[in-house]
Amino acid sequence: MIELTGIRKAFNQGRHNEYWALSGIDLAIPDQRVTALRGPSGSGKTTLLTILGCLARPTEGRVRLKDEDISGLPERFLTEIRRRTFGFIFQQFNLIRGLSALENIILPAYPTGQPRQALLEKAEALLAGVDLGQRRDAQVEWLSGGEQQRVAICRALINDPEILIADEPTANLDTKLSKEFLGILEKLADQGRTIVLTSHDPLVVDSAVVDFVVTLRDGRIVDAK
Amino acid sequence: MPMKTWIEKQRHLIDFTLASLARRKAKNLGLLFIYTLLVFVLASVALYAHALRTEAQKVLASSPEIVLQRLVAGRHDLIPPGYLEQIGQNVRLRGVQKMEGRLWGYYYDSVVKANYTFMAPRDMQIPRGEIIVGPALERSRGLAAGNGISFRSYSGELHTFIVAEVLPQTSELVSADLVLMHEEDFRAFFKYPEGHWTDIAMSVANPQEVRNVAIKLLSTLPDSRPILRDEVLRTYASIFDWREGLMLALLSAAILAFGIFAWEKAAGLSAEERREIGILKAIGWETGDVIKMKFWEGLLVSLLAFLLGYVAAYLHVFHLDAMIFEPVLKGWAVLYPRFTLPPHIDGLQIATLFFFTVFPYTAAVLVPIWRAATTDPDTVMRS
Repeated sequence: MIELTGIRKAFNQGRHNEYWALSGIDLAIPDQRVTALRGPSGSGKTTLLTILGCLARPTEGRVRLKDEDISGLPERFLTEIRRRTFGFIFQQFNLIRGLSALENIILPAYPTGQPRQALLEKAEALLAGVDLGQRRDAQVEWLSGGEQQRVAICRALINDPEILIADEPTANLDTKLSKEFLGILEKLADQGRTIVLTSHDPLVVDSAVVDFVVTLRDGRIVDAK
Repeated sequence: MPMKTWIEKQRHLIDFTLASLARRKAKNLGLLFIYTLLVFVLASVALYAHALRTEAQKVLASSPEIVLQRLVAGRHDLIPPGYLEQIGQNVRLRGVQKMEGRLWGYYYDSVVKANYTFMAPRDMQIPRGEIIVGPALERSRGLAAGNGISFRSYSGELHTFIVAEVLPQTSELVSADLVLMHEEDFRAFFKYPEGHWTDIAMSVANPQEVRNVAIKLLSTLPDSRPILRDEVLRTYASIFDWREGLMLALLSAAILAFGIFAWEKAAGLSAEERREIGILKAIGWETGDVIKMKFWEGLLVSLLAFLLGYVAAYLHVFHLDAMIFEPVLKGWAVLYPRFTLPPHIDGLQIATLFFFTVFPYTAAVLVPIWRAATTDPDTVMRS
């Protein structure tokens, strides 16, 4: 589904502090499977994830999505692809404070112009699916870390994406909550979604939910199995 | 995008905008207050000066083209008997349709500490012993038709009059302090000898001829001073313009301070706002959507401030007699006693004020948003 060829990514290119975060990545992300990217800090996991999720462009190389080269597409088209195809779960959850759980969940669907009532019903169903229906009207800053992550998962699913991108999803969770997250991940994988995540956490990387593990070091793939 | 979807999308953007405004209540209420105050000050000064100018124009539109005064030792003196006839005999004044002597004078009412203008109009039949008064006397002395009032003349005699009617409030600038009476009553009150006049009013049909008539009068009657209506109008205009300018100059420091504060508040994005913009872009909002949302936010604040400020200024000027700026704009000596200005609104003035308040604010909001909204969405992954 997603194919990366010769991907290189530089930061501060042309300046004295030029830095290559990725140096020649060739990778194919299989459909309807869970792929984990692992590696030490600074190995390029998050950078690779941003390129896979169309949040950033590679400095060199090609990205193909469903056999279509999207590397050179303008930002406007990339945004639309991002909205239609991807759902994001961020390490810090990145929810908007002051808004309720329900309002946060429907935010990615605003640009689609779907009726508000339909969006609210969909969001309520998603919240119920992660056992958070009773907290629908609570402002997100009042929720616990685990609850906030479940809201973030629901937000990632509101546009019914084929691919889920999760950056260090258990970094801010204790073991119990991390296991709960893996349970949700399993359900999502069973629904046939493609999931790509980064993690240091052996609980995630070594779990049965993960189908493929790609190990990075210094911006290169050192292992893929 | 189909129209229905487009409308729904705009609804979502406005919903989110309103939620954003509510989330940053303190900042937005502070901004709203300051902008309302700014518009209030500017609109009050502009509305007041414009209403005064319009009033002066209305008043002078029905006044004679030339008023001729007589000077003695450089001071205005009474027109003696025979002067009016002398003009007709010695000066060939082509174009002068009508020429008549006028009787008017000032009276200081020590009871309410106000100056009134006494007049004996020649085109009105007022019975002896009766007067017609302006709205200011109605207010200050509580007069109504049928009431009696006494004035002590400069010779010390007490003269009593019955109020026949109160003048309507169509143009208070001229009518507020008027006391109209019969010619005989006027002469008796001010001890004006028969045949004397305060000045001479001349009507000239052709506006092109007014200046020629004035030049001819001056050359033939060196002791005369012709005052042209256009000159009076220009003097009024320049006085009000000057006062408006003075007022704005006095307030300019405050306006500037308010402006800088509002600009800084509007233009500066907090870390939280930057973070939100990053999140919205990462989850699929286009740069245009973010800018539109912030545009709505700026427009709502500035439009609301404009409306509140303008309505408050309107009420202040036309219902509370511009109590804050009145002493500077009106001038106590010229326009005493109090009068109420009838409302006059100028569309161009509103448009100018709108342009100089709403547009800069909206631009101040948009520029930093545009900068933040065009940054790459991957920054949110690294925050």
